[in-house]
Amino acid sequence: MQITLGPLLFFWPKKQVIAFYEQVAQSAFQRIYLGEVVCSKRREMTLSDWLALARMLQVNGKEVVLSTLTLIEAESELAQVSKVCANGEFVVEANDMSAVHYLSKAGVPFVTGPSVNLYSAEALQVLHGMGLKRWVLPVELSFDHLQRILARLQALGIGDLETEVFSYGYLPLAYSARCFTARNDGLGKDNCQFSCIKSLSGIPLATQEGDALFTINGIQTLSGSCHNVLDQWQVMQAEGVSAMRLSGHNADIIRVAADFALAMSNNSGCGTGCRTVTQDGCCNGYWFGQAGVSQSGP
Amino acid sequence: MELVCPAGNLPSLRAAIDNGADAVYIGFRDGTNARHFAGLNFSDQRALKALDYVHNGHKRVRLFVAVNTYAQATNWQQWQRAVDICAGIGADALIAADLSVLDYASKHHPNLNLHLSVQASATNHASLSFYHEHFGIKRAVLPRVLSLKQVEQLARKSPVELEVFAFGSLCIMAEGRCILSSYVTGESPNTVGACSPAAAVRWQQTADGMETRLGGLLIDRFGPHEQAGYPTLCKGRFRVNGKVSHAIEAPTSLNTLDLIPQLHRAGVSAVKIEGRQRSPAYVAEVVSIWRAALDQYRKNPEGFTVNERWMSGLARMSEGSQTTLGAYSRPWQ
Repeated sequence: MQITLGPLLFFWPKKQVIAFYEQVAQSAFQRIYLGEVVCSKRREMTLSDWLALARMLQVNGKEVVLSTLTLIEAESELAQVSKVCANGEFVVEANDMSAVHYLSKAGVPFVTGPSVNLYSAEALQVLHGMGLKRWVLPVELSFDHLQRILARLQALGIGDLETEVFSYGYLPLAYSARCFTARNDGLGKDNCQFSCIKSLSGIPLATQEGDALFTINGIQTLSGSCHNVLDQWQVMQAEGVSAMRLSGHNADIIRVAADFALAMSNNSGCGTGCRTVTQDGCCNGYWFGQAGVSQSGP
Repeated sequence: MELVCPAGNLPSLRAAIDNGADAVYIGFRDGTNARHFAGLNFSDQRALKALDYVHNGHKRVRLFVAVNTYAQATNWQQWQRAVDICAGIGADALIAADLSVLDYASKHHPNLNLHLSVQASATNHASLSFYHEHFGIKRAVLPRVLSLKQVEQLARKSPVELEVFAFGSLCIMAEGRCILSSYVTGESPNTVGACSPAAAVRWQQTADGMETRLGGLLIDRFGPHEQAGYPTLCKGRFRVNGKVSHAIEAPTSLNTLDLIPQLHRAGVSAVKIEGRQRSPAYVAEVVSIWRAALDQYRKNPEGFTVNERWMSGLARMSEGSQTTLGAYSRPWQ
């Protein structure tokens, strides 16, 4: 079972990004996704900077995938996605159908992130025929759904499609034209003053009773609780899942990965990640076919 | 521009047509469409009746059928069946989002017009090209995330006709990729065609005011002089950094009556009224106002002015009794 690091969802200063990935180069992560997937205004890191990090990680024995923008509104954003898709050096993760279009036309194998809506084996079959080699299960789908999809894939004769499951981190739930971080500062997206760089792991949003609900991250809304199904790794492995994605909101994700790698090598369950999150609360409801915010089990 | 109107049932369908709709869109009575509510939508028989009313009136109106949720692994055949019925009854177009539904429809019913649902979340010409090249879609409904200028730019490059939302309840998130609802209730538009479903709602009058909850979580609390609204998840008042406000969005409706000239000049083919869950009275009022506005524009494009009675009529029909241009206007973003 591979441990992968999802693309950094937050806006960090360039120095902090580089320092983080230098640590990642020595970590338990085997595959790393790089690139800006939330907002095109975040330009601390250019494509050249990401490529330099990618090569550094590769030299350290890591597999690297370049990830692309999820919500595309401007021509310039589309041009940037096209550029990443044409990089020729690293596999690209499509988070929007525009990237699927560019990659399939170029005839290169590609992968999809959790924001590409693939809810059935029949849908996967369509993209598989165009070069899809790995997909990330949409985060709201349960283990039951996953089992059915994988069984049906087998029945359809598709045996070479890898499955990755988002297993730890704040869940990406929605994308908007509006920037909620800017709105929180009384600003609009066009004059946002790059406010999101001030909240390195997003801004907690709670109900009026104080229950954690969401995390605000610019135009992206994440869960308020940290999703954690790391303890399901044996069940996933038995089903044929080949990779588990961890998504970090701070550098502690490196330690979570190390603990998880250790637990897997000891063939034990793993629930240690939960105790170190910066916001209260863990959840795993989606995996068990319930509301994502809920927590099942001990 | 074609005026495309919602019909959750036969009375609403008749209201839409009688008040000037150029096209109506309906769904079947199951989870294959994104407004899967109890008591709403059309059985196969009703759909045939609808088709009859739509095609045989004094003006030929088009009927679109929305099969626009994502086909689930538990019962993929249900979507296949919905497509077959849509083709069988002779609907003017199928509105779909799921790759496998579009693939099936384009291969098995090549004469069935395919419209890309807003639930496909296609916001740019590369996505539109993908669906056009692989499935032959004729038209796409755009998510409400583009500014007017971006719509104009997209219309210049789009390989297909564009249909834009013109009036109705506003989704603040990009349609097709919002799962806030399933995070709190277990149900989302993509999985079961529901958002903030009624089964998860609770209204409670307390000493602090009327409280609305979804999945047990407090969405809003209304004082004695405030009108309590339905707890759609993104429209509550929440606490961020100690301050309580509509941190995501206030209840409001989209109204682009002002933009009719710009939308038309941009080359937009159709304007869509949201609201299959609305009453026949709502549909009648909204459609008649839009019909009057579009007719006035056609008669005198250079001299188009928005009639204040239209605006106040639409405001009365709006969420929170207020309207907005939404993402079409940059400052809103």
